[in-house]
Amino acid sequence: MEMLKVKNLSISFGGLHAVDSFSITVNKGELYGLIGPNGAGKTTVFNLLTGVYKPDMGQIILDGKNITGLSPVEINKAGIARTFQNIRLFKNLSVLDNVKIGLHNNYNYSTISGIFRLPSYFRTEKRMNEKAYEILEVFGLDKEADILSANLPYGKQRKLEIARALATNPKLLLLDEPAAGMNPAETEELMETITIIRKKYDLTILLIEHDMKLVAGICEKIFVLNFGTELANGLPQDVLNNPEVIKAYLGE
Amino acid sequence: MKSKMLKINKSARSSIITVGMILIAYIICQALIVTGNMSNLLQNLLVSMCYYAIMAVSLNLTVGFLGQLSLGHAGFMCLGAFAGAIFSKCTVNAIQNTFIRFTLAILLGAVVAGLFGIFIGTVVLRLRGDYLAIVTLAFGEIIKNVLNVLYIGYDSKGIHLSMKDAISLNLEDGGIVLVKGAQGISGTPRDATFTVSVILLLITYLIIVNLVNSRSGRAIMAIRDNSIAAESVGINITKYKILAFSISAALAGIAGVLYSHNIATVQSSKFGYNLSIMILVFVVLGGMGNLRGSIISAVLLTLLPEYLRFLRDYRMLIYSIVLIVMMLYNWAPACVAWRNKLSSNLAAMLKKSKKEEL
Ligand SMILES: Nc1ncnc2c1ncn2[C@@H]1O[C@H](COP(=O)(O)OP(=O)(O)OP(=O)(O)O)[C@@H](O)[C@H]1O
Ligand SMILES: [Mg+2]
Repeated sequence: MEMLKVKNLSISFGGLHAVDSFSITVNKGELYGLIGPNGAGKTTVFNLLTGVYKPDMGQIILDGKNITGLSPVEINKAGIARTFQNIRLFKNLSVLDNVKIGLHNNYNYSTISGIFRLPSYFRTEKRMNEKAYEILEVFGLDKEADILSANLPYGKQRKLEIARALATNPKLLLLDEPAAGMNPAETEELMETITIIRKKYDLTILLIEHDMKLVAGICEKIFVLNFGTELANGLPQDVLNNPEVIKAYLGE
Repeated sequence: MKSKMLKINKSARSSIITVGMILIAYIICQALIVTGNMSNLLQNLLVSMCYYAIMAVSLNLTVGFLGQLSLGHAGFMCLGAFAGAIFSKCTVNAIQNTFIRFTLAILLGAVVAGLFGIFIGTVVLRLRGDYLAIVTLAFGEIIKNVLNVLYIGYDSKGIHLSMKDAISLNLEDGGIVLVKGAQGISGTPRDATFTVSVILLLITYLIIVNLVNSRSGRAIMAIRDNSIAAESVGINITKYKILAFSISAALAGIAGVLYSHNIATVQSSKFGYNLSIMILVFVVLGGMGNLRGSIISAVLLTLLPEYLRFLRDYRMLIYSIVLIVMMLYNWAPACVAWRNKLSSNLAAMLKKSKKEEL
C-alpha cells in the first residue's frame, strides 16, 4: 500500500539544481528517514511536497491522488502536514490556539455564528477545546495550554509544531529536523513521542534528520540525498554501510 | 480542563471591563449634561469621539489583528457617510420613524463600505507591507476625489448622475440636487445622538471582540503571525484577509453614517489621507490588537486638540509633542521597564500595608 509516490521531482533555482530527479515510494505506516549533508536539498523536497515551491518536473501522488502543482492549502487538505526547520509558530497566540488553528478545517462554524455567538459556536468550540487538549496531552503540553507560544522553551516549541500539524488530521507527516537544538534527553523523549503518535494516529512519516545514529534507531528505511540527487536508499544497515554514504558524510 | 475555563473567563473579563468603562463614561456624561455641567464644546465632541473610536477599533482589525498596513480607512468612512446621508435625505418624508430610518441608514452605510472593502481587498491584499500601504492610500484618495466631483439629483424620472455640474443633471422643475460636488451634502437629518453613537460603538466593539475570539479570528491572527505556517495547516489566506478587511471597512462605514448625521454639511474633502493617518495614530498609540487602547486613545486625542486651542499657533506643535511623549511612554523599552518596576513596587507596597493591617 503506497501512501506517497514521488517520480522524478526536480527544481532548480537559477542554475542550481537543488532537487534533481527525486523519486521515492513511502508505504502506509512507514517511518522513512531523509538524510544528507547541509544544502543537499532536503528542505526543498519538503517545500515541493507541500506546494510551497512548484516543481519544474515530476509527479507527486498521495494515497492514489495526483497532488502535483496544488496549493499548500489544498495539499494540506489532501492529507500532508509538516513542521519547519526554523520553527514557525503563531507566536502571539496561546499554545491552545496554535493547535486550534490546526483544527480549523476539521471543525466548522460560520463567521456569523462566531460574531453573534450562536449555539453552533459554543458547541463547536467545546469540541475543539476537547480535541486540542487531547493532542496537547500526548505531547505533555496540556499544562502550558494558556501560555503564549513564543514563551515556551525551545524543545516544547518544536513539539507544539508537531501537535499543530497533527491537528490537521494528516495521512502523511513531514518533520524537518524535529530534534534540532535539543539535548540528548529531550531527543530521546521526542523519539518516543513520535513512536507513540505514529500508532495512535495511524501516520506515515517522512523525517529529515542530521544525526545518522538517531535516524537508524527509529526509521524503517532511509533515503540519502546529496547535491539534490539520490545517493542511497533502502534499509538502515545497508544505507549506513554504503561506502558512498560514508564518503559523503566524512568528506564534508 | 480547569485552566481552559480560566482562559475563556480571561478574554470575557477583559471585554466586560471595556464595556463597563464605556457605560460608566456614558452615564457620567449624561449626568453632566442633565445637570447642566457640561460645556458646549464637550457636548459637541461627544458624537465625534464615538465615531473616531469606531474608526480606531475597526482599523485595529486590519492593522493589529490581520497585520496589514492600510492607509485608506477614511475612504470607507466617506462612503458610509455619503450612502447614509443620501438615503436619509431621500427617505426623510417617507419614513417618519427616526429609529427605523437611521437603522436602515446605518445598515446601508455598512453594506456599501463593506462591498467596496471586498472589491478593494480583492485587488490590493496580494500586496505586502509598504506596497499595500501606498495602494490603500491611493484607493482612499480615489474615493474622496470621485465623490468630490459627483453630482446626484432626483426627480420624478429617478436618479440623475453627473461628474460636471448641477445643471448637467438635467433635472425637471422641482427636482432635488442631493450631492453637490465639492459642496457635498447638506441638510441631512441630525439623527446621530450621543446615545445612539455609544450603542454603535458598543456593537462595533463586540463584533470585533467576538470575531477575534472565534475560529475565523484565529485564522486572521494566524496569517498575521506566520502566513506560511497558516497555509501549511490549510488556512485560506486570501479568504480571511478579505474577510477581515471588508468587516473593517463596513464598520468604518458605520462611523461615516454617524458622521454625516451629526454635521450640517458633509464634504468628501474631509476624508483624505490626513484622517486615515490620524486614525492609524490612534491605533498605534492604543496598541496593535488592543481594542480598549484604541478607544481610549481615540477619545483622548479627539479631546486634546480642542482643549489646546488656547495655545493658538502652537497648538499642533504641542499636540505632536504630546503624541511623541505618549508613544515613548507606551512603547520605549526603558519606559516599559520603568512602568513594570513601578507597578511591581506598588503591588509590593500594597501587600506590605495589608500585612501591617493584619
Ligand atoms: N528559494 C530558494 N532560492 C534559491 N536557492 C534556494 C532556495 N531554497 C533552497 N535553495 C538552495 O537549494 C539548496 C538546498 O537547500 P535546502 O534548504 O533544501 O538544503 P537542506 O538539505 O535542507 O540543508 P540543511 O541541512 O542545511 O537544512 C541550497 O543550496 C539552497 O541554497
Ligand atoms: Mg533543511
